[in-house]
Amino acid sequence: MAEVLVLVEHSGGSAKKVTFELLTAARALGEPSAVVLGAPGTADALAGKLGEFGAAKVYVAESEDIDGYVVAPKAEVLAQLVGSVQPVAVLVAASSEGKEIAGRLAVKLESGLLTDVTSVNADGTAGQTIFAGGVLVTSKVRTGTPILAIRPNSVNPEPAAGAATLETVEVTVSDAAKGAKVIDRVVEAKGSRPELAEASIVVSGGRGVGSADNFKVIEGLADSLGAAVGASRAATDSGFYPHQFQVGQTGKTVSPQLYVACGISGAIQHRAGMQTSKTIVAVNKDPEAPIFELADYGVVGDLFNVVPQATEEIIKRKG
Amino acid sequence: MNIVVLVKQVPDSGSERSLRESDKTVDRDSASLVINEMDEYAIEEALKLKEAHGGEVTILTMGPDKATETIRKALSMGPDKAVHVNDAAIHGSCAVQTSKVLAKALGTLEWDVVISGAESTDGQVSALPAMLAERLGVPQLTGARKVDVDGATLTIERQTDDGYQVVQAATPAIISVWDTINEPRYPSFKGIMQAKSKPVSTLTLADLGIGADEVGLANATSEVVEFAPRPPKQAGVKVNDEGDGGAKLVEFLASQKFV
Repeated sequence: MAEVLVLVEHSGGSAKKVTFELLTAARALGEPSAVVLGAPGTADALAGKLGEFGAAKVYVAESEDIDGYVVAPKAEVLAQLVGSVQPVAVLVAASSEGKEIAGRLAVKLESGLLTDVTSVNADGTAGQTIFAGGVLVTSKVRTGTPILAIRPNSVNPEPAAGAATLETVEVTVSDAAKGAKVIDRVVEAKGSRPELAEASIVVSGGRGVGSADNFKVIEGLADSLGAAVGASRAATDSGFYPHQFQVGQTGKTVSPQLYVACGISGAIQHRAGMQTSKTIVAVNKDPEAPIFELADYGVVGDLFNVVPQATEEIIKRKG
Repeated sequence: MNIVVLVKQVPDSGSERSLRESDKTVDRDSASLVINEMDEYAIEEALKLKEAHGGEVTILTMGPDKATETIRKALSMGPDKAVHVNDAAIHGSCAVQTSKVLAKALGTLEWDVVISGAESTDGQVSALPAMLAERLGVPQLTGARKVDVDGATLTIERQTDDGYQVVQAATPAIISVWDTINEPRYPSFKGIMQAKSKPVSTLTLADLGIGADEVGLANATSEVVEFAPRPPKQAGVKVNDEGDGGAKLVEFLASQKFV
């Protein structure tokens, strides 16, 4: 059966949820093989879970050089692997780094790439959403080995048994790929909340939240739901919340099961980042706010009354 | 320090955008065309580096005749000159082809640093700076929220999901920037007037030694098979908060099994 290479996204010793989505999507095209790129000792902890989602093989390419330099080593190792395995396609997550790896790989292989893919079809075509989610497109790669960057939360991860046989890949990173050296890593805001792009529920605040201090109200609701916290550009530009949590055209694109927009008017800038969410709930003082056009359920009212009440009610129900 | 800034003309993300029925490429006629927002941050960063370290700032744009408006807009912020890659055969090119053309164009210019926005608001492939680094064999300093220059050493803060990485490289290198990096200046009246007389040179595919069969829609590495506007969302329920808005909201969440 044809092999499909799936690049594993991992952090802190476990694979991210999007990896299982990729392994699921890959099955439309062939037999998924996971590719683990990272520092020595990365793959052992990941392999079991990769097998639960259908990975027949796990290619292990471990070297300090892989994480020590920006993107180029990963693209280089992946290109070598494509050369030896001859897969029918390569799937990566449409994260910032995933798209950069895809781009470099496309140049190396002279292959076509599709980014922000939301579905992979057996005939080799892929679904994409473009223009802030306003247009649905079916595309296909015409040249070389198709490289598909798949948007997190687009595919429902389904378990399937895979042998997850480990195969060690010899890593040789050229000097050319060692141009941009990572000399430090700084974790700013982490905490216990799920990662924004991966979260099943996102609670976001906008201009209406009014201050950084008031964002506690948004965080309270998020924590009661086990959700990630997001913010509109108006909120991040005003310094209410750190920029890396911005949802929108110039921030992250999220596609959770549930998106709760609090004090967000719903300008196109923001809609661009969230309108593919499955269920959308909005709380806003202004009954004319465009966010209500997208909302499955909207409450017209002061978020400082509605949100704390909702938080309390959820905590009560969860006992 | 000589800097080239990549600037792209895009359909305004605030207007209705679509693809053209005829060839499924971006419809540049129906939407108003503007400078890609993130590119203004790239220009600002280039001007700041020039102010601190000297040198020239050159705008590089690939696009049709109309892109001239965007080039003038970019020049009005303060760059010295511009290069416009303009050839009808480029129409419909994919990201792989675009990176080939821009890499060749960069090969005709003298630079220490190339700066671009981290993504465009139309294609949002967000891979072009990485692809150029690959083609040109220079370090990739992408996703920057801060850039420091010390002689020939560049140090950036590369934005990540949970913070940032400090990344270092020697020039020549390619930098891409997010909108967290600075606050772009508004063009002054003087800047707008001066922009009209700043030199803009044009490069064709022939100038770059690229054959028409290497680029364009017919030779693109990927294609749009079909497209359709997203079906309008069915109107949802909207209630007024009469003191029980939060409780009602939770009832809805419970009915959808979120609670």
